[in-house]
Amino acid sequence: MTRQRFSALSLFLRGLSRHRSWQIQWRKPTPKPAYDAVIVGGGGHGLGAAYYLAAEHGMTNIAVLEKSWIGGGNTGRNTTIIRSNYLFDESAALYDHSVKLWEDLAQVLNYNVMFSPRGVMMLAHTVHDMQSAQRHIHANRCNGVDNEWLTPEQAKEFCPALNIGSNIRYPVLGAALQRRGGTARHDAVAWGYARAADALGVDIIENCEVTGMIRDPSGAIAGLETSRGEIRTRKVGVSAAGNTSVVMRLAGVDLPLESYPLQALVSEPIKPVFPCVVMSNTVHAYISQSDKGELVIGAGTDAYTSYTQRGALHINNHTLDAICELFPMFRRMRMLRNWGGIVDVTPDRSPIIAKTPVPGLYVNCGWGTGGFKATPGSAHVFAWTIARDEPHPINAAFNIERFREGRLIGEAAAAAVAH
Amino acid sequence: MMLIQCPWCGKRDENEFVCGGTTHIARPPSAVTDAVWGAYLFFRENPKGVHLERWRHTWGCGQWFNAARHTVTHEILAVYRMSDPVPDLSAGGAAS
Repeated sequence: MTRQRFSALSLFLRGLSRHRSWQIQWRKPTPKPAYDAVIVGGGGHGLGAAYYLAAEHGMTNIAVLEKSWIGGGNTGRNTTIIRSNYLFDESAALYDHSVKLWEDLAQVLNYNVMFSPRGVMMLAHTVHDMQSAQRHIHANRCNGVDNEWLTPEQAKEFCPALNIGSNIRYPVLGAALQRRGGTARHDAVAWGYARAADALGVDIIENCEVTGMIRDPSGAIAGLETSRGEIRTRKVGVSAAGNTSVVMRLAGVDLPLESYPLQALVSEPIKPVFPCVVMSNTVHAYISQSDKGELVIGAGTDAYTSYTQRGALHINNHTLDAICELFPMFRRMRMLRNWGGIVDVTPDRSPIIAKTPVPGLYVNCGWGTGGFKATPGSAHVFAWTIARDEPHPINAAFNIERFREGRLIGEAAAAAVAH
Repeated sequence: MMLIQCPWCGKRDENEFVCGGTTHIARPPSAVTDAVWGAYLFFRENPKGVHLERWRHTWGCGQWFNAARHTVTHEILAVYRMSDPVPDLSAGGAAS
């Protein structure tokens, strides 16, 4: 099927015919009995992996299985912050690979993912914060990742809503700013990858839950049992976020993961007042304004493991306390919605993108509280790993063995949430 | 917010407690393989179902105890002391 291309001109022309001539963006195929590869999990990471398998590795006889609807898990539940100012060399390479892919993703997919590099500013409130931020800035510069130090006055100039007075519990002592960081439209990322992958022949199968893994006598993957029947395949890539432990146990693979609810909330929509993304790991506040006008606020994880996609209200209250101190102008705003997503957290707060002990089974997991930013880069190197049966140089260090060999990539201090 | 039964203080709000993660993890002897040691340090069951975990009534009596909690319903099926064996959970609750 030849795909319509999206452009301002096509929008205008189809508007003349009352937008009645748009095609569907992806098919609703029934599962075939066999595929060359199957991705389990139809979030941004899984759909992206399918797209790159088709576009860069010539594997078009593949499917994405999603137990619910695509983009309905953490892809649709996060606060869309994009940045790459991570401390260690391995992380900087992985996350900056992703930021570079974000920059022209809309053109590559012919889908407006609304990537907006409006700058991500991370606040420092204590001497320790300042030292940690400076260390990150220097490490980032060595790795070619932009990051700069701002005084409180410069931070306020960049974000006029910020309270830099000394009348709050944790006054702002400075900030680290990554200007290439920003936000994107979460749904559009899933839809854009789905549409582009579908155009290359990838079957995107929703409402299809994996219930078992079929192994051949050698132990290698031979297929999947699903709620829509058996599917034979020699390669399975699991990209199931908070449910990864459950899916991988079907193949008897244990992973160093724990699943926690991570909450977020949005306010009523208002006129544009907030030009950037502000994060504070110390007082636990993450905020930006969507193009629709809502303040998008990230809260923390609950303290216990859960698969419920909801969390306790006091977690949100804690974040709103911090938001009201840092941005007094928001004190009388009303919050419209809150929700939770289940994030799979590794002990070192770095992801796993790797082969597993089971031949033909690959896993992309452990993104914890910060997976959205990595969607294109993660999908890109995961596709490489599946297609070539070996990791891309960028994800080689993000293996499972590091938790037995002690080669941890300890990014807890750089992750979006204080631990 | 959950109400959690402290074995000493009775039912209290969740935010008086700290969750200490999976319980009944036995420290292996020091002369073991890297795989065994890695499993002890980092690999957890992460069940979608009943999870046996440690809690501490930090902003209360300060005591540690064990709880059996369902990770889908958040129902607490049993609360027992640190030195107690795992209770029989087959009698009730939404465990599956």
